[in-house]
Amino acid sequence: MSPAIQTERLCKQFGTVEALREASLSVAEAELFGLIGADGAGKTTLLRILATLLVPDSGKATMLGLDTVAGYREIRTRIGYMPGRFSLYQDLSVEENLNFFATVFGATVEENYNLIRDIYAQLEPFRKRRAGQLSGGMKQKLALCCALVHRPELLLLDEPTTGVDAVSRQEFWQMLQRLKAQGITILVSTPYMDEAVLCDRVAFMQEGRILAIDTPQGITKLFTRPLFAVRGSDRHKLIAELRSYEHARSAYAFGNSVHYTDARETADPSELASWLRSRGFDDATVERIAPGIEDTFMALMEEKPKELADG
Amino acid sequence: MAEAVIQTEKLTRKFGSFTAVDEISFSVASGEIFGFLGANGAGKTTAMKMLTGLLAPTSGEATVAGFDVYRETESIRRNIGYMSQRFSLYDDLTPRENIRFFGGIYGLGSSELREKGERLLDSLDLQESADTRLAALPLGWKQKLAFSVALLHEPKLIFLDEPTGGVDPVTRRRFWDMIYDATDRGVTVFVTTHYMDEAEYCDRVSIMVDGRIAALDTPAMLKKQFAAETMNEVFIQLARPAKRGEG
Repeated sequence: MSPAIQTERLCKQFGTVEALREASLSVAEAELFGLIGADGAGKTTLLRILATLLVPDSGKATMLGLDTVAGYREIRTRIGYMPGRFSLYQDLSVEENLNFFATVFGATVEENYNLIRDIYAQLEPFRKRRAGQLSGGMKQKLALCCALVHRPELLLLDEPTTGVDAVSRQEFWQMLQRLKAQGITILVSTPYMDEAVLCDRVAFMQEGRILAIDTPQGITKLFTRPLFAVRGSDRHKLIAELRSYEHARSAYAFGNSVHYTDARETADPSELASWLRSRGFDDATVERIAPGIEDTFMALMEEKPKELADG
Repeated sequence: MAEAVIQTEKLTRKFGSFTAVDEISFSVASGEIFGFLGANGAGKTTAMKMLTGLLAPTSGEATVAGFDVYRETESIRRNIGYMSQRFSLYDDLTPRENIRFFGGIYGLGSSELREKGERLLDSLDLQESADTRLAALPLGWKQKLAFSVALLHEPKLIFLDEPTGGVDPVTRRRFWDMIYDATDRGVTVFVTTHYMDEAEYCDRVSIMVDGRIAALDTPAMLKKQFAAETMNEVFIQLARPAKRGEG
């Protein structure tokens, strides 16, 4: 089966900024694929090329088997795109926006209503309200409805959950799971590492490059060094102390503990614990842990300059 | 207990028949990192506007840095720092120009400003880029600079409104290193965030739901109270039944 999305060594430069550097990935049909990275990583540029809104400087991309440059007209009728910035008509009501987008694509809300029913049900009480007057969470739901109303085969979502609270984020991802179950391919970007585990596969992006692609479980195998969770009072002093340890590679706050990475191939948590006690951290505990997505992303970020220095 | 830098008593703001902030009472001690969480639409922004002297309350009392939020808004604004992801520095100015501009607004004299500005550029390792337009600098650098500029006039209290939105996980943690450094110098920090792991880095956390403070305690006590493993679970338990926000 040919992939729903395929890119080969995509490059895009804006002035002196290399927004995308040889980005290659492929997304299977009905896959929920996440682009994970911070602002400026190149996520939006990649999505805009795939949405046929930008032409790459070099490299090639296909969507549903069609070239994004030569086949842009057909691609546009078969995909849904939700840009990062709210781009519906603020002066039109909820209902008017939805009808407008359906009409543009030659569809009607009625014929595709079953696809959006779950999401639209929450908007129904406000259907006469102007889009500009909706709360952030509601705007996002409306934008998703408008991107879906012509029943696209593939959805491109640019940071749909940025700035949204934890409850609405959870609800949004549940909606994406339901859409995937209906066979829709979804490529979604996010700066939130915890959302990566909700994807079938993810690509880590940093400074225009794709650092790694794998399943959320598989990608953490790239983290190979010893990782310990260290707990103790006065976290700030504890972090500083850990960074001064001769074998330390990094020490970062992680929720209620500090994640310490050792620079050696193997390391013993009890050795670190006794060193901490010798430094006056009497209550410090050290425990070996398995790396998570965020640990892995951070490790890859920090390793990247060396590995790619001559690339 | 240390002196309170923020003290509110039944602070309320209504817009027509809608009560955005509903009788919130809390205090923030000097030197504390106070996390101010809430769902979208819970009333956080309105509360922050009142505390920073940008919006008059409808009723209730509050003092910020010792000044009254009704009558002494000008003094409040002079004695606090403020930084948000949306409003920070001017992209079309260089770091040096931004420092001069904001330092001037905060009433620093020109010689003091020059000296502090240079020291700041040194400490942030920004001398090489001091005359480059801000737009060309990485987001992480901009955020560090914005934070430092907001502290240039040495306020006792700084408000940080989602300061780490959109940055990579390493930069996000370096930013918290800066927050800790500031508290070591005695600065009180009032911070909002959507990253629940950052709630763990606060001394105390309040969670707003439907205009009220639904919970306020240390992260450890909140997790205990709600029998939760993480602050994310605490937040979701509290915010899920919220009635408004949406719509």
